Amino acid sequence: MSETISTDVAIIGAGPAGLFAVFELGLLDIKAQLIDILPKIGGQCAELYPEKPIYDIPGFPVVSAQGLVDNLVLQIQPFHPTFHLGEMVESLEVLGTAERPEFRIRTDAGTTLEAKVVIIAAGGGSFQPKKPPIPGIHDYEGRSVFYAVRKIEQFRDRRVVIVGGGDSALDWVLNLYPVARRVTLIHRRDAFRAAPHSVNAMRELVAEGKIDFLLGQVAGLKGEGGQLSALTLRTENGEIADCECDDLLPFFGLTMKLGPIADWGLDLHENLVPVDTQKFETNVPGIFAIGDIVAYPGKLKLILSGFHEGALAAQKAHRYIYPEKKLVFQYTTSSTSLQRKLGVG
Amino acid sequence: MTRVTYIDAAGASRTVEAQIGSTVMETALRNSVPGIEAECGGACACATCHVYVAPEWTAIVGKPSQMEEDMLDFAFEVRPSSRLSCQIKVTPALDGLVVATPAKQG
Repeated sequence: MSETISTDVAIIGAGPAGLFAVFELGLLDIKAQLIDILPKIGGQCAELYPEKPIYDIPGFPVVSAQGLVDNLVLQIQPFHPTFHLGEMVESLEVLGTAERPEFRIRTDAGTTLEAKVVIIAAGGGSFQPKKPPIPGIHDYEGRSVFYAVRKIEQFRDRRVVIVGGGDSALDWVLNLYPVARRVTLIHRRDAFRAAPHSVNAMRELVAEGKIDFLLGQVAGLKGEGGQLSALTLRTENGEIADCECDDLLPFFGLTMKLGPIADWGLDLHENLVPVDTQKFETNVPGIFAIGDIVAYPGKLKLILSGFHEGALAAQKAHRYIYPEKKLVFQYTTSSTSLQRKLGVG
Repeated sequence: MTRVTYIDAAGASRTVEAQIGSTVMETALRNSVPGIEAECGGACACATCHVYVAPEWTAIVGKPSQMEEDMLDFAFEVRPSSRLSCQIKVTPALDGLVVATPAKQG
């Protein structure tokens, strides 16, 4: 078990709202650490549409989603935020009182964080692998069906079937074939969205007879006690064929699920977290929520709304973290103290 | 008046009015038609607005673009009539369009 990390604020979600909250907190001398289930910074902007232009960020007539994320990361550099990426927050425990809140967060990677304030900036929830609707697939999950590869060794001498045409599918075909007894790639068409060099490498292995490629979609599973023995393949013209396999790895991209947030004692309204519009605090004192995940009358799911919400949440967070200090409102244009914090004074 | 009909996986049918220039996905969301999630909001980036175009409409609606075809790799039970509804723009020629939604989007 790793040691406990202490910080002022734990921010769950490293999308634009969470990133800008670091800035607003930083100006108030509040330190923050961010946790995100994705292995990269930027949330939906980075995962779903990095190349897409955004036209409604004030001051930017047009900016790409990734460009916005890169600029936000640059903007919060003076505050040296710590990122815990590729980790999902599993539990959020209340330790303190309503006046002096304190929280303990545990992630699925074993990180433990203690914070005086928590800001949930989780957008549409956590990105999790899409699970194909193959009848009975749940019975095999975790034993014979995996949506991510944690340990390559686990697949040694196994007959592995990988489904998909993207980078995850192709990367694992190339990484697992030296280890597995046999790797079979199944895809619905003979074209791939994955990087061309991976596709070429895969095609070479098929030509050399080292792996198999089958055209079609998985229609059914055969096995016993959670252990697969074969799967049923439906080809484009509707023919059904069996394909022997021990393990199945479907890669259909990611989808957003609310996930463990539902278990943290927060009021929820249609998978959103209700907050007040003065402090953006939830029903649990010390837990705030900002960005796409919140609900309040008139809420707009815009990035700019998330920025505003983070600024106001930071004001109230200051009262929890520095209860004895009075907060004086200052502008970055004129305050030498703020400018010093930003490293420009 | 342009109308679009959505048939869900259980066979229930809903016909709604569509604005010319909006997409079949937006029309579904605006009218609370279930079965279309559209997680990415119409960026052709998530494959959760997957529909099957009715056989009599496939020629009129047309084929998916290369980018959409790539994105369909992340949809389930893809058929030759599969499209992402955020990429189908409503035009007067599509009045009466019928699409079916799959059992599972994401």
